[in-house]
Amino acid sequence: MEARARNLYLIPYMLWVVLFVVAPILLVLYYSFFNVEGQFTLDNYAKFFTPVYLRMTLSSFWYAFLITLFSLLVAYPTAYLLTRTKHKTLWLLLIILPSWINLLLKAYAFIGLFGTYGFVNTVLELTGIGNKQILFTDFSFVFVSVYIFIPFMVLPIFNALEKMNPTLVYAARDLGASPWMTFRRVVFPLTLDGVKAGCMAVFIPALSLFMITRLIAGNRVITLGTAIEQHFLVTQDWGMGATIAVFLIIAMALLMLLTGNRKRGLIDIVKR
Amino acid sequence: MKQLVRMFVLVFAVSFGLIYVTSYMNSSAGYSGGNTLTVYNWGDYIDPDLIARFEEETGIKVIYQTFDSNEAMMTKIKQGGTVFDVAIPSEYAISKLKEDNLLLPIDHSLLPNLEHIDSRFMHLSFDPENAYSVPYFWGTVGIVFNPGMVGDLTFDSWDDLWDDSLRNQIMLLDGAREVMGMGLNSLGYSLNDTEEAHLQEALAKLSRLTPNVKAIVGDEIKMLMANGEAAAGLVWSGDASEIMSENEELDYVVPQEGSNLWFDNMVIPKTARNLEGAHQFINFMLDPEVAAQNTEYVGYSTPNKDALAILPEEISGDERFYPDEELTSRLEVYDNLGPRMLSHYNELFLEFKMHRK
Repeated sequence: MEARARNLYLIPYMLWVVLFVVAPILLVLYYSFFNVEGQFTLDNYAKFFTPVYLRMTLSSFWYAFLITLFSLLVAYPTAYLLTRTKHKTLWLLLIILPSWINLLLKAYAFIGLFGTYGFVNTVLELTGIGNKQILFTDFSFVFVSVYIFIPFMVLPIFNALEKMNPTLVYAARDLGASPWMTFRRVVFPLTLDGVKAGCMAVFIPALSLFMITRLIAGNRVITLGTAIEQHFLVTQDWGMGATIAVFLIIAMALLMLLTGNRKRGLIDIVKR
Repeated sequence: MKQLVRMFVLVFAVSFGLIYVTSYMNSSAGYSGGNTLTVYNWGDYIDPDLIARFEEETGIKVIYQTFDSNEAMMTKIKQGGTVFDVAIPSEYAISKLKEDNLLLPIDHSLLPNLEHIDSRFMHLSFDPENAYSVPYFWGTVGIVFNPGMVGDLTFDSWDDLWDDSLRNQIMLLDGAREVMGMGLNSLGYSLNDTEEAHLQEALAKLSRLTPNVKAIVGDEIKMLMANGEAAAGLVWSGDASEIMSENEELDYVVPQEGSNLWFDNMVIPKTARNLEGAHQFINFMLDPEVAAQNTEYVGYSTPNKDALAILPEEISGDERFYPDEELTSRLEVYDNLGPRMLSHYNELFLEFKMHRK
């Protein structure tokens, strides 16, 4: 009886998962088999393996990699310093605060800052460096994306650092490890889960970024997200848009699977 | 258990109740019938004083709703939940709406003012008989530029954009038809060309433009051009007039090889309830005096030849927005190329965007 009651309480969650997770994915898969004229075809998949889409995939992965890398480089030290500060929650709040502001608004703010006559260029000119094109470059694209994603990287790393038992660090130091060695051999491996979670939280959305590619990179950076947006909104070629989405889902699932396995391995090692 | 079931029933009951209430409120308690008329138009695309005047003259209460893209407008009309008596889509949207049977025919006998429309703007490919649509405003695609930043280039020819001196100084509108059309026009082909060899030639020519292109952007192009972010930009004439009202240094030109001619037309969608009011409204907007006032407010080009006659010379004589017969004859309306060709255009455009400097 109790088991049955428990099962019953699962219904809302199951319903939720089926309606809002499984069904949409199946629909995406379903649409990917139709061309613009509504005929059943595998052409979309063949088209994905043409140079245009392959290069787009490659560049999506490359930029997502860069964004994740730089986010990590900034976020790890930040999270580390956060755990050492007095008013942790206040600082954490300050870091998370920008993510409450709408993404488009932030992007528009950066257009103003980075423009030819924007604030940054005025400063550059005053310091004698001279006017530089910042907006619509790879640099501005990666910079703004990193800025947007940093909270998602900081949080899991911060949590992992917080959870870590500080006595382990003292023990390492007592046993003669240098600060760098302590970090490399003790702190970093113990927070690897947080790093992985952070990388996932950044890499996956970064793969399908689209508005920023237009607003900040002026369509000089083309990602799969841009292509999906165009196919759904402009060409109304839902089939091709869905096909790209299917490939993105597969890529993400593969990524999760790969890192997930290693995580289990790590837990085993720690347990031993 | 039972509680759970009861809760579900309650949730469903409430949702259905809400659906019913909204449709009830939409259909009877305000948004249609009787003496109201719902006009569905682009934002800030009509002089509000004219709506007041129309209400006063006819006693019909106008509900003015806005959309920001043809796609959004078409989706809303397709869904059919809300009543729209008059809508003002662009020409390609009209041919799509027509294909999907979402428009009602317009009764020309109820529109005596239709005679004021310039015959050049009637009977066009997207609605050959004007059975479903009546011209509201029109415009072109051209180049807005800052004379101080481009040396002695005049942009009489599209080829001026390819000039070496404009390295990293051009902004393009993010539209496959507009950019591909520019490539085709610059080679002397029609912007509705579907011949694969011509399209590839246009793509090859566009790829040589890449070093000059600073960015390919959407609506932001207005703000960016007005701020002097680039020396020249490919824009719609409507955007150009807005840009030029913000930054008076800029100028607009339609290159001599030809370009696109676009229309926003008034239609009566399937969702209309007040057909008589809709015809009255369209006829009212076609009145030369009303159209002239509206043109002065909106700043786009009016298709109403008698309105043009009333307008001051500085507007009606402006060749940038009212090009002479000779150039107009070389302007083309976008044909509905069908989803397959449109998709192909888009893929070529994507390929162009992916060229690295």
